[in-house]
Amino acid sequence: MAVRKPPITTREYWAPGHAACAGCGCAIALKLATKAFSEAMEEKYGDPNAFAIAQATGCMEVVSAVFPYTAWKVPWVHVAFENAAAAASGIDAAWKKLGYKGKILAIGGDGGTADIGIQALSGMLERWHNVVYLMYDNEAYMNTGIQRSSSTPYGAWTTTSPPGKYSIGEDKPKKWVALIAAAHQIPYAATASIGNPFDFVKKMKKAAKVDGPAFVQVHCTCPTGWKSPLEKSVEIARLAIETGIWPLFEIENGDFHNIKIQSPGGGAKVKREGGKVVAIEFKKPVEEYLKLQGRFKHLFKQPEAIQVMKEQIKAMWKVLGVDVILP
Amino acid sequence: MPIKKVMKANEAAAWAAKLAKPKVIAAFPITPSTLVPEKISEFIADGELDAEFIKVESEHSAISACVGASAAGVRTFTATASQGLALMHEILFIAAGMRLPIVIAVGNRSLSAPINIWNDWQDSISERDTGWIQFYAENNQEALDLIIAAYKAAEDERVLLPAMVGFDAFILTHTVEPVEIPDQEVVDEFLGEYVPKHAYVDPKRPITQGSLGFPAHYMETRYKVWEAMENAREVIKEVFDKFEKTFGRRYHIIEEYKTDDAEIVLVTMGSLAGTVKEFVDKKREEGVKIGAAKITVYRPFPIEEIRALAKKTKVLALLEKDISFSVGGAVFADTSRALINEKEKPIILDFILGLGGRDVTFQNLEEVVDIAKKALEEGVKEEVYWIGLRKEIL
Repeated sequence: MAVRKPPITTREYWAPGHAACAGCGCAIALKLATKAFSEAMEEKYGDPNAFAIAQATGCMEVVSAVFPYTAWKVPWVHVAFENAAAAASGIDAAWKKLGYKGKILAIGGDGGTADIGIQALSGMLERWHNVVYLMYDNEAYMNTGIQRSSSTPYGAWTTTSPPGKYSIGEDKPKKWVALIAAAHQIPYAATASIGNPFDFVKKMKKAAKVDGPAFVQVHCTCPTGWKSPLEKSVEIARLAIETGIWPLFEIENGDFHNIKIQSPGGGAKVKREGGKVVAIEFKKPVEEYLKLQGRFKHLFKQPEAIQVMKEQIKAMWKVLGVDVILP
Repeated sequence: MPIKKVMKANEAAAWAAKLAKPKVIAAFPITPSTLVPEKISEFIADGELDAEFIKVESEHSAISACVGASAAGVRTFTATASQGLALMHEILFIAAGMRLPIVIAVGNRSLSAPINIWNDWQDSISERDTGWIQFYAENNQEALDLIIAAYKAAEDERVLLPAMVGFDAFILTHTVEPVEIPDQEVVDEFLGEYVPKHAYVDPKRPITQGSLGFPAHYMETRYKVWEAMENAREVIKEVFDKFEKTFGRRYHIIEEYKTDDAEIVLVTMGSLAGTVKEFVDKKREEGVKIGAAKITVYRPFPIEEIRALAKKTKVLALLEKDISFSVGGAVFADTSRALINEKEKPIILDFILGLGGRDVTFQNLEEVVDIAKKALEEGVKEEVYWIGLRKEIL
């Protein structure tokens, strides 16, 4: 009887028993990221284990390494909140001197990457370390109890952006770190989502295989912080892609004129010119994404705020060189 | 054969690093330490040092990269001062807690505000509780020697704590002196290769470093750092013994100078010790029974050595270039702690001087001696004496 080859390695580097919340999208991301890394290392160096992780303080750090236990079956170092990229730089340098072949995976959440860690990230990218930086973006400081970060989207409730008489919730548009990373003209920068695991794995492998630095920003549902149903984490992430909230793109060598845009699905009509995506007409309204999450509940009483959000989404796509129509 | 070269303390520190052969160096420029990474860059450019030099974007990343590299099991080095060391503060605790024997050369400089690039010890003194071993150099030779000794002590399995070596901004960092450079083979033999059993990032032996410590374990990790620092007392003595046998220069935890019959002992650190020793000679000629003591190892704090010194004298006058507001000098506080339960103890006087590059003159030291003499006759009048303060502009 023919046995179908599994779509990704069955090797596990992120062991069950970690203490992440039920339905945690970040835990899914880390499981897939390490598997993808392993496949890439096997293909590039003939050794599936030829990698190590430097991780920032944050949810995925505290749930995975509570002494004397560990969820990690790969060398793993945590130093502090803002310096995963710098610690990874040090490990990379040490590996060069020790003659180890392989790649370092730095991991940080959106707070540890977009805010407090952005200086160390920029330094690591600019110095051309052989490091892939994975930003797991659950769009707020979840580990400390849901405070806004610069990656929190417009309109979202967090404990420091509560809606009220004088507040619509978070009042700034999301900062896209993948674009900032790409501006370093690094070999590879991409966005991904747990809502499209195949695309995410493909991108992680690509990132892991380049010589030099790479950056992947993966959208991860946080049921605790987003106030969303535990069983809908992947569905919600997929809706973010299908409604135009979360673009999937790749930028190689900082070439902003040739951004590769992945088709969002969800019935969206994609217009290409010379192989490049130039326009997308989304069919699913952003409301479908918003309504599944308590963090956006208040917006339905303020439809003008949803309009503002839609204008921001269009502006963001414009930066990517794509004209979008939102229903 | 060792050679002698005329050089600044910064260059001596770079030479020490070169001789110690760290595999990874991460540094960021800051006055007055900048020459250290500059000189190291030249060594690497000329093929004289085979190391990865990470030109980081901040001191925070300098120490973070050192932690990453040291966790990966290689010898590391960095240099900084003042604001740079303060920016490292958070990670200094982590380096000690993760038991990574990183060595930092510190060009001791004041802290802002107001911004000031000149010498005092506030930068490294303020890091006294981070779990780092601290050495203070009197001259450029000591800067070189103590960095090599620091590696030896820090990497000892009974210790495994990071170490910093301080040398005074400009007074040493930018002043040339003849310095003996030991032979590479002799340093190699002295230090040996660093192959840690506890810290490595090796895919063949995956381990987790930097775990979360719950209340059930955290306190014990702090105790282990305490224990390692206690062990460092003996280890540093052994290192100094071996250093003398190997290189011919003798170092002491506390170096005493003409203390045997001294009624007053001026206790200090760093380059000020040189001034103080010369002043002691002058006063001895005048018939004053005075001596000096130089604290070379400030962490672990030399409690026993302070007690032994205290038994010999009637006044311990602490001369310090640092201030813990509302308390006084940090070394004074530590000295008092060493003597608190002694049945008989000398008068201990707290003198703050030389902050932010203010020169410490013989005139200042005369004032110190006058106060000490008066204290012997009339008792202690003030909790803290500010020496050389320009009262006219206050």
